[in-house]
Amino acid sequence: MAAIPLPGAEHENYLNKEYGIRSWLLTTDHKRIALLYLLSITFFFFIGGFFALLIRLELLTPAGDLVQADTYNKLFTMHGQVMVFFFLIPAVPAVLGNFLIPIMIGAKDLAFPRINLLSWYIFIIGGCFMLYTILTGGADTGWTFYTPLSTSFLDTHVVAAAVAIFIAGFSSILTGLNFIVTVHRMRAPGMTWSRLPLFVWANYATSIIQVLGTPVLAITLALVALERLFHFGIFDPQKGGDPLLFQHLFWFYSHPAVYIMILPGMGVVSEIVACFSRKRVFGYKFMALAVIAIAVFGFLVWAHHMFVAGISLYAALVFSLLSYLVAVPSAIKVFNWTATMYKGSISYTTPMLYAFGFIGLFTMGGLTGLFLAALGLDVHVTDTYFVIAHFHYIMVGGMVMAYIGGLHFWWPKISGRMYPESWGRLAALTIFIGFNLTFFPQFILGYLGMPRRYWQYSPEYQVLNVLSTAGSTILAVGYVLPMVYFLWSMRYGKVADENPWGAAGLEWMTASPPPTFNFDETPEVTWEAYNYGEAKEVPVER
Amino acid sequence: MFANLPLWPDRASNMAGNVDALFIFLLILCGLMCVAIFIMILVFAAKYRRRKGVEAEQIEGSTALELTWSGVPLLIFMGIFAWGAIIYFQERTPPQDSAEIYTVAKQWMWKFQHMEGQREINELHVPVGRDVKMIMTSQDVIHSFYVPAFRIKQDVLPGRYTVAWFRATKAGTYHLFCAEYCGTSHSGMIGSVVVMEPALYEQWLSGGPAAPLPQAGKQLFMSLGCSTCHRLDTQGRGPNLANLYNHPVLLEDGRTIIADDNYIGESILNPAAKLVSGFKPIMPTFQGIISEEQLNALVAYIKSLSQPTEGEAGSRNTPAASPSGQPQTMQVQ
Amino acid sequence: MSDSATVADHNPALQHHFADMEQQQQAATMGMWVFLITEIMFFGGMFLAYMVYRYMYYAAFVAGSQAMDFWYGTINTIVLICSSLTMALAVRASQVGQRKALVALLIVTMLFGCAFMGIKAIEYTGHWRDHQFPGASFHFEGPDPQHIEIFFSLYWAMTGFHALHMLIGIVVVGFITFYAWRGRYGPDYHNPVENVGLYWHFVDIVWIYLYPLLYLISHKHTG
Repeated sequence: MAAIPLPGAEHENYLNKEYGIRSWLLTTDHKRIALLYLLSITFFFFIGGFFALLIRLELLTPAGDLVQADTYNKLFTMHGQVMVFFFLIPAVPAVLGNFLIPIMIGAKDLAFPRINLLSWYIFIIGGCFMLYTILTGGADTGWTFYTPLSTSFLDTHVVAAAVAIFIAGFSSILTGLNFIVTVHRMRAPGMTWSRLPLFVWANYATSIIQVLGTPVLAITLALVALERLFHFGIFDPQKGGDPLLFQHLFWFYSHPAVYIMILPGMGVVSEIVACFSRKRVFGYKFMALAVIAIAVFGFLVWAHHMFVAGISLYAALVFSLLSYLVAVPSAIKVFNWTATMYKGSISYTTPMLYAFGFIGLFTMGGLTGLFLAALGLDVHVTDTYFVIAHFHYIMVGGMVMAYIGGLHFWWPKISGRMYPESWGRLAALTIFIGFNLTFFPQFILGYLGMPRRYWQYSPEYQVLNVLSTAGSTILAVGYVLPMVYFLWSMRYGKVADENPWGAAGLEWMTASPPPTFNFDETPEVTWEAYNYGEAKEVPVER
Repeated sequence: MFANLPLWPDRASNMAGNVDALFIFLLILCGLMCVAIFIMILVFAAKYRRRKGVEAEQIEGSTALELTWSGVPLLIFMGIFAWGAIIYFQERTPPQDSAEIYTVAKQWMWKFQHMEGQREINELHVPVGRDVKMIMTSQDVIHSFYVPAFRIKQDVLPGRYTVAWFRATKAGTYHLFCAEYCGTSHSGMIGSVVVMEPALYEQWLSGGPAAPLPQAGKQLFMSLGCSTCHRLDTQGRGPNLANLYNHPVLLEDGRTIIADDNYIGESILNPAAKLVSGFKPIMPTFQGIISEEQLNALVAYIKSLSQPTEGEAGSRNTPAASPSGQPQTMQVQ
Repeated sequence: MSDSATVADHNPALQHHFADMEQQQQAATMGMWVFLITEIMFFGGMFLAYMVYRYMYYAAFVAGSQAMDFWYGTINTIVLICSSLTMALAVRASQVGQRKALVALLIVTMLFGCAFMGIKAIEYTGHWRDHQFPGASFHFEGPDPQHIEIFFSLYWAMTGFHALHMLIGIVVVGFITFYAWRGRYGPDYHNPVENVGLYWHFVDIVWIYLYPLLYLISHKHTG
């Protein structure tokens, strides 16, 4: 490849072009904004993780002895709100998507660089409200804000929490808007829709959900705030309002939000599996179609969170049926990843280990979703630890695995350095073991009938809870490790060349780290995505 | 060891076996699926590990394969859906001659009112082998009535009735949990369901002093002055309530609805909301004047006015559920 | 910047990351439409709540609607339709490069917007004085005051968020007017004017729905 910089010789790139705090806080470079997001969400990840650890410690014994009941309620509320709105939703799109989408499609930047920066600032303002909520004593509504509990019965900082999420929502909307326009309008010559990497497809589908769903959550939370501040009665049964309407509006966003969290992770895994199997992704068209199908069907299944909430029998039947339809494209994705490995040339690097972990845990999370979508069974297991285990398998086992795997995969591109491979493998293994030990016992707890959000519980559930708590400490160690060696590698890691994995994709055809405008010349694409079979070196056409 | 580590919940209702059967089926099916995928991944990872001089073989994909692994799961999913739906239908359809127990949930306790007049807090006594229908409402926030051993759960909402039913099959004491987060002492809003052999249950019943619930309702009906307008012999200033329950009512705005628990309850608390055709909105609201328990008594009384007089046989049985066999939950809209 | 230098007559408004003005313009327009879709979803949540409660408590909604001042609502509707016309003309003026007409039309649009807000403020004051704001002080003489309160909750929420959008619209038009006066827009570059126009029309259309839903509920049904 022509553009490899000489070892040791520092080429001008987005990191060293300018220095100083101003050059970061006023940057419009999508790569720098991605790093700003990386720092911010890592901060929130550890806050949310800290709450999770306290929750697990409290549940070590059946009696409520470590913290007070109110404190415990605040812990799981803040854990949920921080993790969902300030870590999981922005994680892959705002960090990896922001960094990679323009490069993957051969653009110089996102369509609206200033709006991109604005969305980070909005995120930070929302984050400040969240921190204010936490520091002044928190809210204890549960992350779901169910009315009338949240509107009329609690005197904690519910409005501040709602405002925090309302604001952060606009950051999410603007990111989605930016991605949609970028993918439509900024593709390099020759980069047709059928040549887009699946990571771009996944983020595109995610953006559609963000743009359509988030405003509904925003108005719902705004109405909750109005009820608290001015005693509007829209969700208040005392005034003839309907609390189920709140649930419908809330889940209209918050179910698709699950796909905001998992789809980009699927995109990451597609890239990693293809690269380390050295193969074109099996069934590319079906994979692209599947993410769009998930995004669309994802909007039609929200009431499956409400099978025991008091909706009509026939509504429940329809939503159960639709929930099974959305399971089909998810199944397609798992089969295709597996098939991609067939007759490949597979290497067990850290990102690939995370991809293995993702496929396994996502499969388990997805299959337990079949249990929950079965109406008669859902009646028993909904609102128990079965649900907790199920969605943690999707969000933590799935999404967080993919996110950390993706960080490893693109770390050489982001930082220009390699992370230490053996430490990487060790951390991946630790996380996998810790995760399963934490969450698998919760499936059993759920079927036994332990309800979620319980501060104290019946003694017969203790053994499984102890296992879960033990697992969570292992998981915590697993999450701290990468942070330590990523920081270490920024200074001491081996210098990476532009394509250390021999991967396909435009992002590997520019320097590591990339120059400010990503490419010295706008590339012209003449090949299909994942052209691993063709010449190893794909020249950039001039 | 196993006292502290149960691996399967008690099975103490007619529903439990059905739910467990579906669960076990899904466990086997999904377990096999998981194992198949894990084995494939492990085998591929081992067999096709990177070796010098061996290139990956590029495969474009296969439409036939894609359609197969979309279509076959879809068919299986539809089967699971149907199975789950059948159980759910059963769970939401109380038999017509169920015994009714009114339930009021509040932060953070459960209050039960038996038709025979017994009242209990956080403890519910039921006999083995009888269909029991819980007619539930909440005094404040949303709660959820959950008895794991019965495999039933139903949210309990303020301002309306929801219904759950079960037939206990095994004597014993079982957990009753609130499953919908309801504030500070959510985890303390627990109780127990005591399932008794019928003979013991009769004994327990006879220990109670109270008058039957409909009779308590009748007294309230008189003392609150309802009877001055709602006369049972002739049409007064308010509609005649005899034979109202489960019959269609023509409303002032032209709609026709079935007078179920929810309608009767709403009309007491909020008379103007669904005005009966031909009557003036003169009835005062009773919201804040009567408690949820009193409301239940009134509803039970009004329902008893529709009791078929010819059916003397089932003397224990309280007014029938909807004859259509429709589940009797709320009218959302 | 290397490739923008190769474009012979490159427009100073062209941002570095776009290949040409056409791409920039298409991106901006598309971005605006996507944004408007999010706005539709935002208001959609309230319209859904309105539909549900109107079905449940129709009589109360009729009574609430009759407490609205028909003339304030109607005049405001006319004011907004006129503002849409001047906005449309302003967009055209920017496309053909009539700077003075553009500035004048934008100012007239803003004035219409302010007139709308003024009338709305008078109306709000009246409702406030008459205890028609939900909460402890709410009072309404009628058969079903409780559900009329829900009508008023929705009224305040829907018109309140609409008014907020109007306010934002007026401020943004203010900025655009300033830049138009400075001569920034012409036949080659008038995206911002078009996009603000789209936003303005959207806010108007929301009102076109709010007006009949809140002010004009028929009461024949009950008669």
